Amino acid sequence: MSTLAVHDHGVVHHEEGHEHHHKATFLNTYVFSQDHKMIGKQFLITGITMAFIGMSLSLLFRIQLAYPDKTFPILETLLGRFAPGGRLSPDFYMSLVTIHGTIMVFFVLTAGLSGTFANLLIPLQIGARDMASPFVNMLSYWFFLMASIVLLSSFFVQKGPASGGWTIYPPLSALPNAMPGSAEGMTLWLISMVLFVGSSLMGGINYISTVLNMRTKGMDLWKMPLTVWALFLTAVLGVLSFPVLVAGLVLLIFDRSFGTSFYLSDIVLGGTVQPFEGGSPILFEHLFWFLGHPEVYIIIMPAMGISSEILAVNSRKPIFGYHAMVYSLIGIAVLSFIVWGHHMFVTGMNPFLGGVFMITTLIIAVPSAVKTFNWLATLWRGNIRFTPGMLFAIGMVSFFISGGLTGIFLGNSALDITLHDSYFVVAHFHLVMGSAAIFGMLAGVYHWFPKFFRRMMDERLGYLHFWITFICAYLVFFPMHFMGLDGVPRRYYALTAFPSFNRWLTVNTFITWAAFMAGAAQVAFLFNFIHSIFWGKKTVQNPWKSNTLEWDAPIEHHHGNWVGELPTVYRWPYDYSKPGHDEDFIPQTVPYSQTMSSNLPHDFEDNPKGLEEYNTWVSTQKANEPIK
Amino acid sequence: MGFKKLMTFKKALSLFTALTLLGVSTAMAQDAAPAAPGASAADTSGMWTGVIYYTLIFLSVCFCIAILGKVLKVYDLSSRMQGKKGINWNNIMGICCLVFLIAGMYGAYWSLTVQGSMKLPVAASAHGGDIDDMFNLTTILTLIVFVITQVCLFGFMFYYRGSDKRKAHYLPHNNTIEKIWTIIPAIVLTVLVVFGFFTWQSVMDSTERKGDLNIDITGHQFAWELRYPGPDGKLGSKKYTLTTPLNNLGVDFSDKNSWDDIHADTLVLPVNQPIRLNIHAQDVIHSVFMPHFRVQLNAVPGLPTFFRFTPTITTAQMRTETDNPNFEYLLYCNKICGGAHYNMQKVVRVVSRAEYQDWISHQKPYLTDALKKQLKMAAAKSGKVQTSSNTLALNN
Repeated sequence: MSTLAVHDHGVVHHEEGHEHHHKATFLNTYVFSQDHKMIGKQFLITGITMAFIGMSLSLLFRIQLAYPDKTFPILETLLGRFAPGGRLSPDFYMSLVTIHGTIMVFFVLTAGLSGTFANLLIPLQIGARDMASPFVNMLSYWFFLMASIVLLSSFFVQKGPASGGWTIYPPLSALPNAMPGSAEGMTLWLISMVLFVGSSLMGGINYISTVLNMRTKGMDLWKMPLTVWALFLTAVLGVLSFPVLVAGLVLLIFDRSFGTSFYLSDIVLGGTVQPFEGGSPILFEHLFWFLGHPEVYIIIMPAMGISSEILAVNSRKPIFGYHAMVYSLIGIAVLSFIVWGHHMFVTGMNPFLGGVFMITTLIIAVPSAVKTFNWLATLWRGNIRFTPGMLFAIGMVSFFISGGLTGIFLGNSALDITLHDSYFVVAHFHLVMGSAAIFGMLAGVYHWFPKFFRRMMDERLGYLHFWITFICAYLVFFPMHFMGLDGVPRRYYALTAFPSFNRWLTVNTFITWAAFMAGAAQVAFLFNFIHSIFWGKKTVQNPWKSNTLEWDAPIEHHHGNWVGELPTVYRWPYDYSKPGHDEDFIPQTVPYSQTMSSNLPHDFEDNPKGLEEYNTWVSTQKANEPIK
Repeated sequence: MGFKKLMTFKKALSLFTALTLLGVSTAMAQDAAPAAPGASAADTSGMWTGVIYYTLIFLSVCFCIAILGKVLKVYDLSSRMQGKKGINWNNIMGICCLVFLIAGMYGAYWSLTVQGSMKLPVAASAHGGDIDDMFNLTTILTLIVFVITQVCLFGFMFYYRGSDKRKAHYLPHNNTIEKIWTIIPAIVLTVLVVFGFFTWQSVMDSTERKGDLNIDITGHQFAWELRYPGPDGKLGSKKYTLTTPLNNLGVDFSDKNSWDDIHADTLVLPVNQPIRLNIHAQDVIHSVFMPHFRVQLNAVPGLPTFFRFTPTITTAQMRTETDNPNFEYLLYCNKICGGAHYNMQKVVRVVSRAEYQDWISHQKPYLTDALKKQLKMAAAKSGKVQTSSNTLALNN
């Protein structure tokens, strides 16, 4: 293992030596594997499992929202005391909302997305044999799995899982008597999140060091695919912001269990004066959102990277404005640290701060807009190949536009006064980071499935999955905007307490049915996924005719990725449909000397010797022309 | 090869179906067994029919899809065998994109006009108009961008759908156009930021001005408590440690201003009177949300917050304006605060000044007789404690 961590080119005998003191057993191949590809698969399958659990929770509370007065005896059979008389209890409804949010934000779209694709793609796309530290990488997965198990185990404690919303604002989450979910369920939530952050940090440090230190020969930063750029910057964000969450959580644990007053002050709970003095709930909100906001970019940036790559490959065109794409990713990454206050405009934070956060928030819309326009320009005059991966990438762009535009409303503090915590927010973030990121993830699954499992997924089922999911996601979230504009708040167990909200009941029923349709469509995906792992069509070396290095690695998986020497990189990853070349793609491993007919002066910007040779070649071509 | 795969696929599918059916029937049997002797048989007998009904529908849809898939595959393979090209998925998906674009645009239009007309009525406060203007401006700008980008996205998908005859246009970058679409959003956003910033600053300026009516609103699980100032126009101070069942807000009665404070059940506001809400929370974070007035601010334990606004439309006027004789302004909690968070509301009534004077004169003071009695007793007691502690001090 240790030999693999060394950045070596062509030291073949290391590979041979490696075989001797490493025997592949079931345990070290499939369970405690240190191979990044296997760890990626573990993250993927755990992530998909968590996604299905998170989705089921949302379908449960959608039933409550659509039929607030009906009883469903089956719910009591399934959920017992959480659904007395066949109707969800208000506290359990809150738990469902909370755990759905936590699972989707952290366990699916952070670990499931970043963990899967960073593990698979970083070493393969930069030409490394494995992660910088395979052992820590393995630990990262096992911490993630433990965190998942601890979180789900909270469904089995007497008072139910945490229920203060995924943002767990104290004092609600800090006082075990404030609501049932703030008792043992909250403790488990906190333990789970601390484990999760451990996993995320171990993963992130690995991704960063791998990208910085273990690139193959010729792979300078400006030759990296956008997926690697996005995953790298995501890891940087995670490493810088997750520790702040831990700090916030540890103080919360102190307040809950050791009687401190970091977040608590002046509290009279149920008529009893509590002894806390001098703390501030706002402090927790600051600490939480200092992670919480970069977190949404941790979610969306890998999806952006994956979509950029897939859009370029399948429209057979270079990504438009590669440098602008990288700089906008960097811009988003930097700015994401100074916008957290836009979640707190109406929390009682100093209004002047609100104004400042509004300015930074609307600035971050500029790099996002640049990315969107560049994606559109990538499609323009392309030769678009409709693979399921491509469709999902398109879906990601569409959701990112629709959800991003409503961000301009919410980022404006004056408008946020009315929109804050209403269904408008629910619609906004489910489109821009929920649906968009999950579509990015699904795009990646369809696109890199051959690399994971050496087989292809069924395309037609993929098309079906895409169209149903895509249409239903819009049907679910589009009407929610208007509920928000009517002042309907989120996290309401039932709208029946307000006669003026009764007119939204039919809309809620419609949304629930659309959500169930979308849920049913995921069965097509699950069937396709499992079926294709075992019985799918075997893949060829480079099924999408892609330029990046992962398709240069052998189909059969080796611990060390390439047999023999690591590939050398000569060009950027987006030479698609280059005029003068006979095929519509030129892999990164092809040197310019082999593609004289398609070279451009631009290719030799920082290579004067190459430019000289290019000029000589051009002039000889010109000299030869009249003879022809 | 194809046939073999067809076999395995069918096998897997039938296995899946059989297992699902088996699972459903065992689950049914499990339920039926305990239910049979009990009296609750009537309740639970219908329980599974709905589930089975939907499961069967789902399975038959799956089956139809599987058959359709096979038919397509056979058609594709046979046409390929005849030397034809097979199904051109690029064309089909391109057309799907176009259909989606047209249907989606119509859907968005329908939603915007029908559901969009269900939004909140016109702002009922002085600052609300500014917010609404800004909302409209932002809506127009974003809708323009929404339509252009989505039309481009799905239009390009259709127009440039793949074909073997064509090669894509190699266009790695174009600095001019990139500069243009960086600068234009930047300018538009600057305009929005500048408007937004000044609107925000003026709305959130809650410093007390002469003539403001201070109203104390306190949130706790799961209700709001209201306290109006008495004839002196001043609210007495509060201290959370003084909270008792009778003095549930912890009003400090050593402050003379609190003696005439008034207790109320409905938030009644005189029209065109600047109101300054003093927002408190006793247990967890709540949020004062009055969307008709474009007012929202969290109630935070330990951190009093203030929102200053002026209602401009009375409830009666709003009833005629919205054509709804039952219309009421509402104040409700908008920050998750526990199980009954969904029903923590208070009616707000905006009335003329005369009606307000009449109403306020009928409200009871906060300092009830029972409370007075309790305070007297407490004073006597604390007096004793005071003396005893004094002696203690002297002794030391």
